[in-house]
Parts: sequence; structure tokens; C-alpha cells
Amino acid sequence: MDKEMTGAEMVIEALADQGVEHVFGYPGGAVLPIYDALFQQQKVQHILVRHEQGAVHAAEGYARSTGKVGCVLVTSGPGATNAVTGLTDALMDSTPLVCLTGQVPTHLIGNDAFQECDTVGITRPCTKHNYLVKTIGDLPRVLHEAFHIAKSGRPGPVVVDIPKDIQFAKGIYSRPREFQHKGYRPKIKGDLDRIKAAIEIMRHAKRPLFYTGGGVVNSGPEASHFLRELVKLTGFPITSTLMGLGAYAASDPQWLGMLGMHGTYEANMSMHDCDVMICIGARFDDRITGRLDAFSPGSKKIHVDIDPSSINKNVKADLPIIGDCAHVLEDMVRLWRSTAAQADKAALEAWWKQIDKWRARRSLAYKNSNEVIKPQYAISRLYELTKDRDAYITTEVGQHQMWAAQFYRFEQPNRWMTSGGLGTMGYGLPAAVGVQLAHPNSLVIDIAGEASVLMTMQEMSTAVQYELPIKIFIINNQYMGMVRQWQELLHGGRYAHSYTEALPDFVKLAEAYHAVGIRCERPGDVDGAIREMLAVNRPVIFDCVVDPNENCFPMIPSGRAHNEMLLGDATLSVEEAITEEGKVMV
Amino acid sequence: MNTTHYPAAGVSQQIETHTLSVLVDNEPGVLARVIGLFSGRGYNIDSLTVSETEHEKHLSRITIVTRGTPMVIEQIKNQLDRLVPVHRVIDMTVAGPHIERELAMVKVRGKGEHRMEALRLADAFRARVIDASTESFVFEITGASEKIESFVALMIPLGLVEVSRTGIVAIGRGPEGM
Ligand SMILES: Cc1ncc(C[n+]2csc(CCOP(=O)(O)OP(=O)(O)O)c2C)c(N)n1
Ligand SMILES: [Mg+2]
Repeated sequence: MDKEMTGAEMVIEALADQGVEHVFGYPGGAVLPIYDALFQQQKVQHILVRHEQGAVHAAEGYARSTGKVGCVLVTSGPGATNAVTGLTDALMDSTPLVCLTGQVPTHLIGNDAFQECDTVGITRPCTKHNYLVKTIGDLPRVLHEAFHIAKSGRPGPVVVDIPKDIQFAKGIYSRPREFQHKGYRPKIKGDLDRIKAAIEIMRHAKRPLFYTGGGVVNSGPEASHFLRELVKLTGFPITSTLMGLGAYAASDPQWLGMLGMHGTYEANMSMHDCDVMICIGARFDDRITGRLDAFSPGSKKIHVDIDPSSINKNVKADLPIIGDCAHVLEDMVRLWRSTAAQADKAALEAWWKQIDKWRARRSLAYKNSNEVIKPQYAISRLYELTKDRDAYITTEVGQHQMWAAQFYRFEQPNRWMTSGGLGTMGYGLPAAVGVQLAHPNSLVIDIAGEASVLMTMQEMSTAVQYELPIKIFIINNQYMGMVRQWQELLHGGRYAHSYTEALPDFVKLAEAYHAVGIRCERPGDVDGAIREMLAVNRPVIFDCVVDPNENCFPMIPSGRAHNEMLLGDATLSVEEAITEEGKVMV
Repeated sequence: MNTTHYPAAGVSQQIETHTLSVLVDNEPGVLARVIGLFSGRGYNIDSLTVSETEHEKHLSRITIVTRGTPMVIEQIKNQLDRLVPVHRVIDMTVAGPHIERELAMVKVRGKGEHRMEALRLADAFRARVIDASTESFVFEITGASEKIESFVALMIPLGLVEVSRTGIVAIGRGPEGM
């Protein structure tokens, strides 16, 4: 099977052997041999983006919606530095990527050559691992190792930096065998004694709660399957992080909604008051825990994660279980069944009564209007009109992202692509490009903010070129709404530079890109306009002009505990939560 | 009202000093990964030594002395273990009885009684003379860090010029390897 070929040909060969169908990229001097090899083959399709950041986000969307490794190809110097935001985003959200970067020829490395940068140095802290390939003999192994590392264990981005002379050099390429890395061996199966101990704790729980995260989605559809089974078997309530939405069906009565800073009242109160917390594939991020010393003070915490460094980082776990979510959940389901474990029914009933009381406060309620479109209303309608379709949702970052998480309800994993850990404005549009490419016949919508979407708007051009009918649904409040909200609550209403002045005319902008533009300004027109958007089989920019002053609630104010949430519909409690000093300033 | 959107720093726990032995692939950039981890995440390095220990297997052993709360020490070990070229991380401080040693070369300049006194002290500390001129000595001393520190302190009034230290290396007692 061994064949002699150039380094550039090896790159294509390795991608094809890894099952890569699409690579997102942008050419330049240091990758020209690879582009030349791409040109002369049919196995791998190259998608030309308009900015390298867009290439990485597109690959992220591709990866998150398929479970496959996303693939990126960029040139040296500025190509590589432009990719850094996307790589960091993928690292924070554990998204499997392989990013190939061109590099100046080996004899020029360190010489400040044209378009040289220390790619491996720059990307070391924003990749799971990275390589500089200095000899052609290493290239096949490194390429395949990169895919292995990107997708195994806790997934993440891997950079392979390939100097131009290595791309020209000839060597022997051999197909990958199942290989074992010398030192890197992520633990997949959870310790059975610990899982047994977890089942024991769960059996005796009086106020249990599942707290799940993106790890369940990353672990694959089986993980969601076993999670659903376990939640049903136990009868426990379940909440999840932003990244975990869709792993459990939002329509199910045991679902409490998202938790955290903008999570539901019932989810956060349950976190605070539970006596047993079963955390699966989540990492106790600061958006989730709020005040650490007041975080779920009375609970025994079971923490399942594939990454040992997530355990005891922010919150001490009483029972850590290291392993892949799907495997551990499968074991939990089997053990719960085989030991005929029974939950404490009476206690559970009382716990659900309490939860129902919290639910009754309807923390997501908002005051609708006949004059102006409320952002929550726009997203609710978008949900109602698309829920029976095969829909994938991406978002940008800001209020609209939180409203999308609250008002769009996900039934399946891999349907929700958002920048959680890094909070990267400009993620959603290119991510939608990647999702649409992977799912050509599905409905792909980027729920966007007018400020965020301008950061990567140029990728509309990519969508048009490849006839990807993505829908950019802009919640246009003319503000960097999330910034304005914080300024209102914390900085005395001094709206420093959060007003997005001189916005483009999004309808004309769409038309300039040879896409379709739709504007909607009145609540009564929302349904009709959304239907119009859905009827178009081309890329659409939908400019939904909404109330500029709406705030996103509920909200755990900074430095507060889960049981000190601000609720939107009760203005009074907002006032009460702000101290005297704050009042003077507002 | 708190005006940042980050939670306040946690209540600080007791700071501990730990010695870690880290077995790594001896490949380019591995030390940069380890050091980058410490600086990037704000961990302390009190001492760091590295050298290839198993040539055929391309393995190096890094010994790091670090400080932090028990939770931070646990993080440091887990984060080190997460690096792809890292094979094993052993916390010598908790793994059982172990020995720590450091080597120092100490240059002292002086004549007459100071020179004699330096030689006498070196003898008492079992430091060897590895270079000599009519007005200077270079001593080689091995031992626990405290021993080296006391020796160096004694040399100051006798004409200490400079010190070069290896940093700490550590190994477990008894028959087992790491
Ligand atoms: C690249 C980047 N720069 C800055 C920020 C800080 N930031 C968070 S939300 C936000 C405002 C987003 O405005 P918009 O896209 O209009 O969304 P809205 O909050 O109005 O829904 C800003 C500036 C960020 N998250 N990402
Ligand atoms: Mg906005």
C-alpha cells in the first residue's frame, strides 16, 4: 500500500483516508503546493471562505452538527494568525478540528521570512496539540495522529504546520493502521466501583438533579440515548448548560430548561437546593456556578467527565468518575436496571412539587407588544414555524444568543451550534455555512445580532458561491444589547459605545451579496415574513427590527447565588436586587 | 453591587509545596509546552530541571517544584497529564518517601585566612574543589537545597563570586520505579 508521493499529495491522501469530504480554506504562497494537489483530484472538496476565521468557524459548525472532525487549510503568517480566534473557540468548546497551516521553507524558519510567524508558538495555548513537520518522513504519521488526537478523548483543535519545502519533498505514504499513541491514551470506561457508588447515592437521593453539558453531545448520539433512558428510569429532573442543549428533549416534562446566568428559575433553584447533583459532561463554568461559596451548598456532587483536569477545578466533586459520557451512562442504566434500584418515590414527589412551584413563576415570561417586535416573540415565532422542519440553529453572541437558548426548544443533539466558552461574536454565520454544507437539504438558521453578524458578514459571499441557502435571522436591536444591559445594570446606564451607529441597510446588503433581504418591523408581520424567508431556497438576511431596550431575563446578577435571581416580569424584584448605591446610579 | 461579571476569588486555602516528576517524550517544544502551561495558567515554578533519561525510548524526566493550594496542585498535575507528549506525572511529595538532591557550583575568591576558611567549610560540607587558581576556588556541592543554601550563605563573607545550581531532582526510595 506504500506509495511515493509529494508532501502536498500526502496531505490530500491523508484527508481522503480520514474520510474528509470538505476542507474550508484560503490560499496563499506557503500552501500553494497543497492547492495545486487539491486542483488535480476529486476526493476532497475545497470550500473557499472569505477570511480564515470564517474557515475555522465553518469547520466548527460542520463538526458540531455531524460529530466528524472539521478540516481547515490556511497559509502561513496572516493566514495562521487569522485562524487563532476560531482555534481558541474550538478549544474552549471541545470541537474536533484539524487545521493545516503552510509555513515558510524549513531553512528560512527563524529568519523573519516573508509571511513567517511562529505558528506552533502562537497556537500552542489555543490547540489541544500542534505539530511543526520538519521532515517528510514524519508527515503521514503526524497527519493521522492529528485526526486521532482531535477526535478522541476530550475533542479539540489540532494544528499541523507544514513548511513549503516539505510540501514539495517526496516520501513514502502509507495508510493508517489502528495506532496507539505512545503516551496519549484517554480513559474511556469509567471505574465500575465508582459508578456503583454513584447509583447508591442516586437511590437514596431526596432532591436529585441531573446537570449535563456539551460533553454529552460530544460523546455522540449514544450518550444522549442513554441519558434519556437514565432520566426516565430514575424520574429525576434534568437541566443542562448552553452547550448541552438538545442532548435531552426540551419537550419532556422532566426537562427544567437551561441553567446558569440566564437559565430558568426552576433550573437554578433546583441546582441550589438539590441534595444530589449528577453532573455529566459539564465543567462548572463560572456562568453556571455564580458565587462559588454559595453554589449548591447542600449537595453531594457526582461528576462524570472524560477530562480529569475538569474535575475539582472550580467545585470539589464528592464522587468523580473519569470516562466517556456514553460509556458511563450506559453502565449507569445497566446498573440501575440490574440492581432494581428504586428512587425514593415519596421524597421525589415532594421535590417535584417544589419544582412545580418554581416553574409556576414562569421565569421566561415577557411583556409582549402590538407596536414593537419583542425579541423573545420573534424567536418564539421562528421556533413555532420551524419546529416541524429538519432545522439546525447557530447563533452569534449576545442577548439574542441567550433568547435563542431560552425560546428555541431543541429535541435532538447536534442541532444547536453556539460559541459558549469563548463567546465569539461572528461565530454564527460561518458556522451556518459549515452546517449547511454538511446538511444540504436541511434548514439552517443563524439567530444573529446586528453587531455580531457584521464581524464575519463577508462569509455571505461564501454562502452565495456554494449555493448554501442559510438564513441569517438578525435580532436587530441596534445595540450591542448584552453590553447595553450590563451598562444599564452595573454602570449607571452610561451606554459607552454600545450603540451600533451607522448600521448598513441589511436588505440592500443581502442584495449586494446576490442574496435575498427581508425586513420586518411590526409584530403582526412576523409570521408572514418568516414564512417568506422559509420559502426562499437561497441565502437570506432577515432584518428583524426589535425593541432596542429589552433586557434578557432571568439573570443571576454578578456575584450572586442561584437563589438570588433577577426575574424579568417582576420589576420590583429587579429594584430590590440592586443595592442603594446601584439605584442612585441607574 | 459587584460590577464585574466574574465570581469573586474563592476563599484561599493553605499553600503547599510539591515536587512533581514528569516523564515526557523528548521531542522539540516539549519543555515550551510545560513552561507555557505554568505561565499561561498562572502556576508557580520554584525549580525545574530536565534531561533525557532514557535515550533509546526518547524519554526525558522533568522535575518541577511548585507551590499552590491543594486544588491548584491537583489542577497542575491534571493539566500536565493532559499534554500529549506527557507520559506520567508523579507527585513525589505524596507518592511516598523520596530523595531530593541538587548540585551547585560555587565560585569563591579570596586570599589568606578567608581562603583557608572556605576550604575548611567545604570539607565540612563535603564540597569538592573542582577548579582552583591562586586566588579562587570553584566548589562542587551536592545535597538537599537547604544544605546548599547554608553553604552558599557561609561563603558570602569569604568572597562568594557566583553560584550555578541545577535545581532539584528527585527519586523515590525503595525498589520501585516511577
Ligand atoms: C469578538 C467579540 N468582541 C466583543 C465581545 C463582547 N460582547 C459580548 S456581547 C456583545 C454585543 C453583541 O451585540 P449584538 O450582536 O448586536 O447582540 P445583542 O446582544 O444585541 O443581541 C459584545 C460586544 C464578544 N463577545 N466577542
Ligand atoms: Mg444587537
